[in-house]
Amino acid sequence: MGGAWLQFVASGLTAGAIYALIALGFSIIYNTCHAINFAQGEFVMVGGMSAVSFVAMGLPLVVAVPLAVAAAMIVGLLVERLAIEPAHGNDVVTLIIVTIGVSLFLRGLAQVVWGKGIHALPAFSGTDAITFFGATVVPQSLWVVGGTVVAVIALGLFFNRTLFGKAMQATAQNTLAARLMGIDTRVIMRVSFALAALLGALGGVLTAPITLTSAEIGVMLGLKGFAAAMLGGLGSFAGAVAGGLLLGLIEALGAGFLSSAYKDVIAFVMILVVLFFLPTGLVGARSGDRV
Amino acid sequence: MSFAQSVKRVVGTGSVAFSLALGAAGVQAQEPIRIGAFLAVTGPASFLGDPEQKTLEMLVDQMNAAGGVLGRKLQLVSYDSAGDAEKARTFTKRLIEQDKVDVIIGGSSTGETMAAVPLVEQAGVPFISLAGAVVIIEPVKKWVFKTPHTDRMACEKVFVDMKARGFTKAALISGSGGFDKSMRAECLKVAPANGIEIVADETYGAADTDMTAQLTKIKGSAAQAVLNPGFGQGPAIVTRNYRQLALPQPLYQSHGVASKEYIKLSGDAAEGVRLPAAALLVADILPANDPQKAVVTKYTQDYTARFKTDVSTFGGHAYDGFMIAVNAMKAVNSSDRAKVRDAIEATKGYVGTGGVVNMSPTDHMGLDLSAFRMLEVRNGTWTLVK
Amino acid sequence: MATGSDSTHAGAVPAGAGRAPAAPRIAAGSARAARTRALALLAAALVVIPFLFPNSYFYEVAVLVLMNAVVCLGLNLLIGYAGQISLGHAAFFALGGYGSAILAANHGWPTWLSLPVTVAAIGVLAAVVGKPTLRFKGHYLAMATLGLGVIVNLVLTNEDRLTGGPDGMSVPPLAIMGYVLSGEKLWYGIAAVVLWASVWLATNLIDSPVGRALRAVHGSEVAGETVGIVIARWKLAVFVISALLAALAGALMAHYSGFITPSKSSFLHSVELVIMVVFRGMASIWGAIVGAAVLTLLPQLLTVFKDYETMVFGGVLIATMIFFPRGIVPTLARLWSRRSGSGSKSP
Repeated sequence: MGGAWLQFVASGLTAGAIYALIALGFSIIYNTCHAINFAQGEFVMVGGMSAVSFVAMGLPLVVAVPLAVAAAMIVGLLVERLAIEPAHGNDVVTLIIVTIGVSLFLRGLAQVVWGKGIHALPAFSGTDAITFFGATVVPQSLWVVGGTVVAVIALGLFFNRTLFGKAMQATAQNTLAARLMGIDTRVIMRVSFALAALLGALGGVLTAPITLTSAEIGVMLGLKGFAAAMLGGLGSFAGAVAGGLLLGLIEALGAGFLSSAYKDVIAFVMILVVLFFLPTGLVGARSGDRV
Repeated sequence: MSFAQSVKRVVGTGSVAFSLALGAAGVQAQEPIRIGAFLAVTGPASFLGDPEQKTLEMLVDQMNAAGGVLGRKLQLVSYDSAGDAEKARTFTKRLIEQDKVDVIIGGSSTGETMAAVPLVEQAGVPFISLAGAVVIIEPVKKWVFKTPHTDRMACEKVFVDMKARGFTKAALISGSGGFDKSMRAECLKVAPANGIEIVADETYGAADTDMTAQLTKIKGSAAQAVLNPGFGQGPAIVTRNYRQLALPQPLYQSHGVASKEYIKLSGDAAEGVRLPAAALLVADILPANDPQKAVVTKYTQDYTARFKTDVSTFGGHAYDGFMIAVNAMKAVNSSDRAKVRDAIEATKGYVGTGGVVNMSPTDHMGLDLSAFRMLEVRNGTWTLVK
Repeated sequence: MATGSDSTHAGAVPAGAGRAPAAPRIAAGSARAARTRALALLAAALVVIPFLFPNSYFYEVAVLVLMNAVVCLGLNLLIGYAGQISLGHAAFFALGGYGSAILAANHGWPTWLSLPVTVAAIGVLAAVVGKPTLRFKGHYLAMATLGLGVIVNLVLTNEDRLTGGPDGMSVPPLAIMGYVLSGEKLWYGIAAVVLWASVWLATNLIDSPVGRALRAVHGSEVAGETVGIVIARWKLAVFVISALLAALAGALMAHYSGFITPSKSSFLHSVELVIMVVFRGMASIWGAIVGAAVLTLLPQLLTVFKDYETMVFGGVLIATMIFFPRGIVPTLARLWSRRSGSGSKSP
């Protein structure tokens, strides 16, 4: 069963990479805005759907993809300015409702603009499957995993090596102190949203050739990305990546070896079990329970 | 008063009286025929409800432009139930009590239909459902009819074709949606009677984007052919994964993906895939002497001209539902709910997009296996399998 | 967002971190009088409103509103007063419906028995599940309840031999002593009585020692613990009560509609319930009814927007949360009391 086992791992990593990107988006926004952005899944959707539109207009993929990601970033910025900032300072539940409202709004808008159908994006480099040790992957999978790796490395460099990135970390650790130090936390929040949108949209354009895209995909993806972020530890960079990959693997292995009908149940049960024993996630959250 | 003036007065009064009488009779005749509908125009089942809505709108406009039915205008009152059974129920109630419709065409999905059934049975309103599962008309309910082929028929059609190609062992892979599960249950039931043994039975989630795990298991099983009951994006992804994993067994899809969109989404992977479908899909390659040729060709032309998009089988179901209802009203020259119901039940020889319909008190759908054609994808388009 | 600045704040623990909504205010000394007045008003409204209904479609919607209000009441106790969040409450609602339906339809139990047994069983389930779950806090609690809700939803969808699968199952009507309870008007009466009883229960709970303990939990768990309140027990109690109310409403709705589908346990439904609670104002019981009404009626009203329905709904949510962060009812109540200059009247 060597080939089957490897097949499951391959598809698990591909899905897991996307979950990781979404989870990163959740963590970034949580860190700087202290809000759970339930519209994170919609950023993925906007990225994929925009790319489909640009390609339909006749633009080559090389142009369409970055344009789509840029479009999503603009959407992210607008969301922050129009919905999050005015609601800032309210309690957790209120903010959650606002982001749910944003998610509904974006979904409704997508249905009006792009219709309710399903769309495919052409693969970046062809569809001929690549076989290795009895498992097959489509080239797009390599793009997905590769793209995620590049994004994660770039993000790490951004946070640790650039001044702005460090400012973001400072804001995450203690907003008040950061402000006292002269950091404009509003800009930080805006950039956070743009960044989360970028990550989400990147995931969206990378997987659209494999998973197809429609106005509705954001819901489940957002949910799973959130679950992955929690699994790894909300607010933790490494945790988001680990959580995402792990969730993807659990799903694929569960479907392959246990039950394809219940693979989602298996995944969520595992997450709950992990949270039960490690209440702050695998890698651990940044802030404790402040007294 | 002169003679001329008296005449003028008489004629004047007479014509006023005459036009009043005409007006009164006209006002009476102007009471529109209300057709109620609740469809899943948005939400997960939107590619069922959207073409259904469009079709009904188009037909109502066409009929009204041609003078209406029984000299009265048609009025379409339609609500978006978004695939939700609760909403379907509330809107059905609204249609019956508030809008006082004469007939209801709707229920894009089985769940929505079944939620509305108790209401129409109680209130006595003829209801033509556009959903697929066999439970809608089995057992027969007095006021409930349906136009789409049942999922059981789809299974049988596929199994007959498998048998003809010499296969005896098959695998199923289906989604978690209502349509998928219902059809899977029917297939499991009727397989033995058709000489097919189901050796693998995999499932995937409705929003899943990768079925390689399930297909890998099927690859390693004893199945000689694979059937994928499902609709939406699941089957398209299954088809792509199928090619990626290079499974040798032939793949059958269900009538749920009988649309050009499925071919577009699956790309090259769809080559060689077979599925049972209504003649509507292959209007242009039907032989000239086919009884359905005229109807499906006209509907396809009208629909694509008006909406700039391909026809879909689901829109076709709405077309048939509408025409059957209207024909029934014309047959009894009335929009009375009970009379129309009787007339619908007596529909015989109606040639629609789904097939030739012959209803009876025990059969509230009226289609048989010949209404399904077996199609195969060749060079990115449908071809008829003999 | 201010901490409770106006009026009488008899003995309640002040709000903790600046973000949490202030604990509900009570008019000192006249709590019972205010309560009785409000309950009487509610009863009067419930009796009078049906006379405005032109046809039974309105009764149908009313029953829906009342049942949603019952669920919201329970959820409000959890979110508004005890400060815990649950993103999976629709699961209790659906389990209530399915439990009674399965016992009655598949096992032949009489419905007057299957309903209370189911509701009680769900109470037990909530106690068992709640104990480990409520150890989590904040977002982790959100995730835990979300996960549980999703699991319930998936199981209900997949176990089609038991539950009829995604297409749902038929539910036999409620019958007591052989007398079948059907018809919108009768059910309006039942729903009204149940709602009134739930409100009575909830208001009594809030103003009792238990209720004060709850508000302490909400205000600051640590402070509450310091004065000796055993937090975990109260949190669990509220959780179970809210689950019981949800299950009751779910079972009643199932018998009334004659049909139930797994979508009743979906994440979206849980979110809708939370929205209803927050909309009307956390820690404001009367808002329960307003919120349930608004959110139940909204789809009916939004049909005019056709394609733009989802967008408008989302937009309305955002705007409401921005301009009425404490919920519509408390914000309006505050504006009202500020204008009239008197102390607050609404609980």
